[in-house]
Amino acid sequence: MTQFLQQLINGLSLGSIYALIALGYTMVYGIIKLINFAHGDIYMLGAYVGFLTTTYLGFSFLPALFAAMVICAVLGVVIERVAYRPLRNATRIAALITAIGVSYFLEATTQKVLGTGVKTFPDVLANTTFTIGGVQISNQQVLIFIITIVLMVVLQFIVRKTKIGRAMRAVSVDSDAAKLMGINVDATISVTFAIGSALAGAAGVLVGLYYNTINPLMGMVPGVKAFIAAVFGGIGIIPGAMFGGLFIGIVETLVSGYASSLYKDAVVYVILIIILIVKPAGLLGKNVKEKV
Amino acid sequence: MLEINNLHVHYGAIHALKGVSLEVHDGEIVALIGSNGAGKSTLLKAVSGLLKPTEGTISFEGNPTMKMSAQAIVKAGITQVPEGRHVFSGLSVYENLMMGAYLRKDKDGIKEDLQNIYNRFPILKERLNQDASTLSGGEQQMLAMGRALMARPKLLMLDEPSMGLAPIFVNQVFEIIKDINSTGTTILLIEQNARKALDIADRGYVMETGNIVLSGTGKQLSESDAVRKAYLGG
Repeated sequence: MTQFLQQLINGLSLGSIYALIALGYTMVYGIIKLINFAHGDIYMLGAYVGFLTTTYLGFSFLPALFAAMVICAVLGVVIERVAYRPLRNATRIAALITAIGVSYFLEATTQKVLGTGVKTFPDVLANTTFTIGGVQISNQQVLIFIITIVLMVVLQFIVRKTKIGRAMRAVSVDSDAAKLMGINVDATISVTFAIGSALAGAAGVLVGLYYNTINPLMGMVPGVKAFIAAVFGGIGIIPGAMFGGLFIGIVETLVSGYASSLYKDAVVYVILIIILIVKPAGLLGKNVKEKV
Repeated sequence: MLEINNLHVHYGAIHALKGVSLEVHDGEIVALIGSNGAGKSTLLKAVSGLLKPTEGTISFEGNPTMKMSAQAIVKAGITQVPEGRHVFSGLSVYENLMMGAYLRKDKDGIKEDLQNIYNRFPILKERLNQDASTLSGGEQQMLAMGRALMARPKLLMLDEPSMGLAPIFVNQVFEIIKDINSTGTTILLIEQNARKALDIADRGYVMETGNIVLSGTGKQLSESDAVRKAYLGG
């Protein structure tokens, strides 16, 4: 039981990070029906911004987190403007291939500019561990979980209660009708990219803090897993991405803990296959009926 | 108020509008009738700025609108209720109505208009927190009209508002259009239900394959042989 709780705690930390990345996937998919395969690399860049600002500018944890979110938000907007907007009316496969291209571009550029090697994330937050009933919890795990919850609450507030959130939802269900309301569709899409990328940036800094090392290709696997998390929860559905992220994270740590860490990736892909066969719209997804 | 001159629209190789000219004067109800594929919806889309015409001019209150964004056109006072209602599913009835007021900043005016809409469409008030996609077709049409009115338009364009509705709703929709017009909103109405549209219209235009082929007062058109044969069933 103690081991189970321990793995659950570890899984929540990892799952929080997947959830933050998955949110960006799902929001972008929701609004322009694009699987933004460069999203994992935004997360990687967030980790690098955290690394650079703490190492060279002496930022403490929260300012570094904030800087990563802002810079990633800007990057997300620029990428959408330069790479995806010109393809707005092109086939979806063209945009998808472009996203893969952007992903390679970001990885290769980072390798060129910052080196291909692993960087060590500075100890901006001394790690202390406390034991509750035999279960070890670190202050970093608590912090990751709290920050994730705060960001999700803020995101839900923006999407549910604000004017721009309403516009985002309106554009995602019917962009032409949204135009007829006077909504600036391009600006709304930019805001969506900004928010999704900021969340990925935050995830990058949290991972740097948690695992201590970062590298230019670190976004690939978590990117794919967060994508699976988004599909698992129902792509385009925000609570689905949160739930899917936490679920995938917990499954992964349970598999590592009870079986072998060799199987953890395989199990996640098996989950993807099963969900696509059993409930392709995702756990929280509905089969959309068209009403004419 | 609205002047369209020699308007041409192409969808790729398809020449959808072939030099359409029409006018809507302040305070009028103008009906645009014609069969499917005549180009009526295309015309409204061009006026709303969703399509870029290849030739011709559109002006609203004397100002050219062809280079304006869809957003600027709404701001100038033209709102469209699109064919098939296009309410935002997943958003509540209230949120849908507020989308109509997206560009407005006058909180008091918005409140006042919401009240007016609740009075005009009591059913919407009952369903305020319900997901818009759960409404019936007739209710969705009411919502789409209410949403458009939330923009406080000077010119309201309605694309097939009675399409697919139960007869009781059809009559109600035409009553409401007349009522909206009587409070000072100019109406451009596209309809398949030519008889009902011409009954309430001050003037009308008949469109066929991208051209205006006839125009006149509502009465003249409903009495003309060509219109009666083609659209009023003899």
